[in-house]
Formats: sequence, C-alpha cells, structure tokens
Amino acid sequence: MAEANTGSTWFERLGALDRRVIFLLIALAVIIPLVVHYTTTIPASRIVLDLYEAVENLPSGSKVLISFDYGPSTAPENQPMATAFTRHCLEKGHKIYLIALWATGPRQSQQLIDEVIKVEFPDKVYGEDYIHLGYKAGNQGLINALLSDFNSMYTSDLAGEDIEGFPMMEGIGTLKDFDIILAIGSGFPGTKEWVQFAGDPGDIPVGGGTTAVMAPLLYPYYPKQMLGFLGGLQGAAEYEAALMNGYPKYRTMTRRASTTMGPQVTAHLVIVGFILIGNLTYLMERRKKRKY
Amino acid sequence: MKRSIPLLITFLVGVALIVAMFIPHWPFDVLNQNFSVFYDIIAVFAFILGGGNLLKVHIRKVQRKGGDWKYSLVTIIGFFLVLGAGLLKIGVPGGWSGDYQATGSLFKYLYDSAFQPLQATMFSLLAFFVASASYRAFRAKTREATILLVAAFIILLRPTPLGYYLTFWLPEPLQFLHVPNLSTWILSVPNMAGQRAIMIGIALGIVSTSLRLILGIERSYLGSEGKG
Amino acid sequence: MEDTPILASPLAQTISLWIAALLTLMIFSFLYKDNPAYKFAEHLFVGVSAAYWMTVGFWTTLIPNLMAKLFPSRMGTIFPVAVGNRAEYFYIVPLVFGILLLTRLYSRLAWLSRWAMAFIIGFAAGTNFTRYLQSDFVTQIHSTMIPLYEPTGNIMTAVGRIFSNLVVVIGVVCALIYFYFSKPHEGSFGKAARVGIWVLMAAFGASFGYTVMARVSLLTGRMSFLITWVQSIF
Repeated sequence: MAEANTGSTWFERLGALDRRVIFLLIALAVIIPLVVHYTTTIPASRIVLDLYEAVENLPSGSKVLISFDYGPSTAPENQPMATAFTRHCLEKGHKIYLIALWATGPRQSQQLIDEVIKVEFPDKVYGEDYIHLGYKAGNQGLINALLSDFNSMYTSDLAGEDIEGFPMMEGIGTLKDFDIILAIGSGFPGTKEWVQFAGDPGDIPVGGGTTAVMAPLLYPYYPKQMLGFLGGLQGAAEYEAALMNGYPKYRTMTRRASTTMGPQVTAHLVIVGFILIGNLTYLMERRKKRKY
Repeated sequence: MKRSIPLLITFLVGVALIVAMFIPHWPFDVLNQNFSVFYDIIAVFAFILGGGNLLKVHIRKVQRKGGDWKYSLVTIIGFFLVLGAGLLKIGVPGGWSGDYQATGSLFKYLYDSAFQPLQATMFSLLAFFVASASYRAFRAKTREATILLVAAFIILLRPTPLGYYLTFWLPEPLQFLHVPNLSTWILSVPNMAGQRAIMIGIALGIVSTSLRLILGIERSYLGSEGKG
Repeated sequence: MEDTPILASPLAQTISLWIAALLTLMIFSFLYKDNPAYKFAEHLFVGVSAAYWMTVGFWTTLIPNLMAKLFPSRMGTIFPVAVGNRAEYFYIVPLVFGILLLTRLYSRLAWLSRWAMAFIIGFAAGTNFTRYLQSDFVTQIHSTMIPLYEPTGNIMTAVGRIFSNLVVVIGVVCALIYFYFSKPHEGSFGKAARVGIWVLMAAFGASFGYTVMARVSLLTGRMSFLITWVQSIF
C-alpha cells in the first residue's frame, strides 16, 4: 500500500485501493437505503409469471406441498419467497403442506406460520388448511421414499400428532397426490432434486424458488420440467409484484422482498462502479506499460 | 470379507434400484421403498458420525494442547451445550412429550441466539469478498473475459434504475436491447445453453461413475484396502 | 393464564438479541483482520452446527422412523402416536447398518463401517444413475430439439425467436464440443470449441451477476438485524 502511494500515478493508487475501503463502501451501500427505507418494485418476468399463473389457475382447495430446503444462511433470499407463495396459496384457498429436506427448514416454516399465517389468515385452521410436517433426514432418499409412500416417513406432524387425524391428510398416499410442489431451496438437496426425484419420475408439476447463486443453473429445466421459478431476492420481488397486481390489498402490506430490494439496487450500482473503475485503471496501466 | 461383502452390497442395492425404475412391481417396488427409508434412517447415523468425528479431533487437540487448543474447547462446549439442551429437552413446556424446539426451550433459545446469527453472518461475509473481487479481478483482459464481464454487467444492472434509464428510450424495433429484456435473454438463451451443456456433461459423468461403483470397478470408497 | 417460560420472557429475549448481535459483530470483525473474537465465533459455530443437526435428526427421524417402529410400546410420552402399533422388525436392518457406520470412530472396527458405506454408495449410485439419465441427459437433449421457426404475428419477434433458437442449439453443441477432449481442438472442431467457450463465458457471467446478487441479499439481512438491535437500545 505504502509503495503504491509513493511516486505512483492516480490510477495506480486507485488500482491498489485498500480492500477495507471497498468493504466500507459496500456496507454503506446496504446500510443507508435500509435506514432511509428506500424500496423498489420490479415487474415480473415471464419465468416468474408462469409460476404465478400456474398457482393462480389451480382450482381452490388444491393440495400444495411447500418444501423448506434452506436455513438462516439464505433466509433473507428464501423467506420472502415462502411468504409470497403462502399468501398466494391461502388467498386462493389451497391447502398447504409444509415439509423440509434441511434440518434448518422447520424453523423457517415455523416463522412463516407465526408471522404470516396466524397474523394475516387467522381464519385458516391448522390441519384443515395448513399443516406443519417438519423435517426428515435422507435428502433425495426422502423424496424417493415419499414418491411411493408418503406415510412411510411422515407418520406424525411436527408436534408429534398422528397425521391420520388431520382432515387435509385424507387422500394423500404419495407425492403424486399433490397438485403442485413448490420447492424453496438454496443448494443440495433442493429444487434440483425435487425435479429429478419427484417431478420427472412422478409427472408432478414442480415450481419454486432458489437462491440467486443456484438460479442460472436451473434454466435448462424451464419450461419443460419446471413451471417456473424465482431467482433470488429479485425473483421474490417479482412474485410480490405479480401478487400485488392480482390481489391489490398487498399494495399496502409489507412486501418483504421489495423492501430489501432497495439496498440490493444500491449495492449493485456500487459494484457496477467498482467494475468500471477497476477496468479503467487496468486500461490506463496497460496504456502506460505500452508507452514505455 | 472386508472387501467382497461391501462390493456385493453396493452391487445388489444399486442393481435393485435401477431395475425398480423399469419394473416398478414386486419385489423391486418394495425394495425401492424400503431401501429409501433405510437410507433416510442411516443418514441420521451419518450426522452422529460427523459429530463424533468432530469431537474426536477437538478433544485430541485439547489433550495435546496443540495450536489454538483453547478454541477447540469452545467447539466442544458449544457442541455439548446444544446437544444436551436438545436431547434432554431442557426447558420444553410439556416435558418429554413436548416439542424439542418449542418456544421456551433452551434448544430454541440457543438456536436463536447463536446458531442463527452465526450461520447467517458467516455467509453474508461473502458479499464483501465478492465486491472486492469485482474491483480487483474482474478485468476485460481477453475476449472471453470481456464476454463474461458484459454478461455480468447487464445482469447486475437489471434491477437498478440505471439499467432502465440507460436504454428505455430505444425505439420499438430495438427494444430487445433494453437492459431488462437483454438480461432476460442472456439468462434464458446463452446461459441456458451453457448450463445445459454443463448439465449433460455432469450427467454423463455421474452415470458412468454410478456404473463403475455398482460394478465394483471404482473402489476408492473402501479405502486403501479397496485397491486391487 | 399460562405462565411464560423463563427463556421466552422479555428479559431472556433481550439477552438473546444481545448475544446474537455480539456474535454477528465478532464474525464481521474478520473483515478488518483475523482475530481471537472471530476465531471464538467460528469455533462456536462449528460445535453448535454439528450438535444442531444431530439433535434434529434424532428427534425427527431416529425416534419416529426407527425406534417407534422397533419398540412402539416403549415410546411412552416421547412418541405416544406409536404406542399400540405392532413392531416392524425389519427395521433392524437400518439399525444394524447405522451402528456399523459408527464403528468408523473406533479404528480397530472401522472396517465394518464399509458395509454401511457400501449401502449408502449403492443407493446413491442406483438412484442417481436413473434420475440423472432421465432429467439431466435424455430430457435435456429432447429440450434442445426445438423448431427453428415458430409462426408468430410479428416479423421482428419471429426473427428474434429464430436467432435465439439457433443460439440455443449451436450453443449447446459447441459447449459440448469444448468438453470433448479425446480429439485435439484444431480446425473447424477447434473453432466450434471456441464458440463453446464464448457460450460458457456468457453463462459464467450470468452466474457471477447472480452470485453478487445473492451475497448482497444475505448482507442486507444481517445489516437489517443489526439496525433492529441498535434501534432496540435507543
């Protein structure tokens, strides 16, 4: 750092910028919009709209399996997806079944029940409109087991109550009895495994959401093997936008993804600036080297 | 016995599951179902094995007073605290019949105060390093690097107002160059093509590795005695 | 009125918030440089994580899906749903395999764990063989066989679709050619491989853009938590 400062040109000094300055700038790019409550809305893209329409076009009372295959590490991206899906499904009168392939998943689904279902849908009855089945070990092995016999692994709900006592479990024998699977994932096992081990062999419609890291990898599955999916926080914000258009009451309610898209946008702009400055200094350095 | 029985188990289980795909009738459907359930249960023993191994390593470090042994003590204490709280259902309303992670339980308390913030923060650190990398390493040095850079640039601009205002004025025939449209196109056309090629390559690799494992050609999982 | 459990009381919740904030700051301190506070938090994370997965696996799978099947009458208050069910003795198989897996912890008996490993490997190989072949190979090739021309009302849209479909087909084929190393990348084969690299670079660029997006989202989550904590102080 000291070497770079003595007798070097401005672009050399800029090129050797201390990484902690970069860290500070990115932190500020996130903190300032959060403090000033800068929010933004993003119109839904085709891939998100396709999934929205698939959920929308299901007849009321359809059985929707939502899998929570993530944990606190990616909750800022995945939890808004779960909220948007749940709101949509319950507005449409679908029955939702919450399970998890990740041990950290049930805490996220419990958070959803406490903060969204119980608050926004107090008339929905546990065991009739929604059920919390929790986590089972086995990754793709669990999906494989559920595909031929759902009760082989799930004999009780999360609280240990016999699932045969819940009205909404009537008619659920295998994964094929669900009208749609919404897999919210952040890695292995996740959305990809739901396509491979349930969607394709069982001919079950699969949709869902993944972290932005995973999203580009799933494009080969769309539209043949997946109805559509939400890619990261942006995808969740797009689904919220679609939900807002279909159900205007959500215009005034907390939209989790749209709220955090503000810092996302400013951070993107800062990183775009970094890329531009980084390349500018590189070009200047190259020109200087050619000169001498 | 040390080698032939494991090889036989892998062969029988693997072949039964492949056959079950094509003949989903007795006995293969039952084998497929039971093997899946067994696999799920054995997965929990793998968690226990993981925890046991972790303890072994850190206890050894503490015993030998190796470098940073005091931090190993932190790992051991954290491990037993959470394990004890969970297995003994400490603080669970309803005692043994209650939910092990119910509100009020020590297990949930430790999850909220330690596990959740630690895991979330550990992953969020990467944002800083990604930003630093885009400043220092993301340079248009070659044609290939330029393609990568341009694609990333457009994707990053997509949700920003800058991305919108840069190109919204383009006339209708050139609207495909509008940043949001271009971003969608990159994802669903060249990205999809590249990812599909990678996916096909990986699939071929996994299929051939699976065959080698089932037929006993690949034996590295048996350790050093598996050779030969 | 039910009594609030001690750990759910407002004071306990405030302490929990402070511990969480402190641990968050300890991890963030690594951004300045590696230090004892970060090392403490990092080691705590490792221990806590391992125990968390073990506990969850024990209560969600081992008890209801193994113990309750083998010893239903002994489940008592732990898993009352099982009481009265008939024991299913074939569950002794995963129990034996599970115990065999744990022999890996004792070097003298470690060889026995190979039997359990063999089952795990056999299951993974058997299922992956068919699932990858169907979802990631056959269906992907099928999905790439797309019509060059799709009739639409708008000439610009039609031209755009033809171009996109061509990019998809040529892109997949050329990228696959790039992965084929049994033939030297020379002449027209080499040129096709070069086009394949460009397609892959575009895909990696998209991945990089999305990776940035993902990491920023996670940082936003933590910053949002820290702001909540600071607000709780004042």
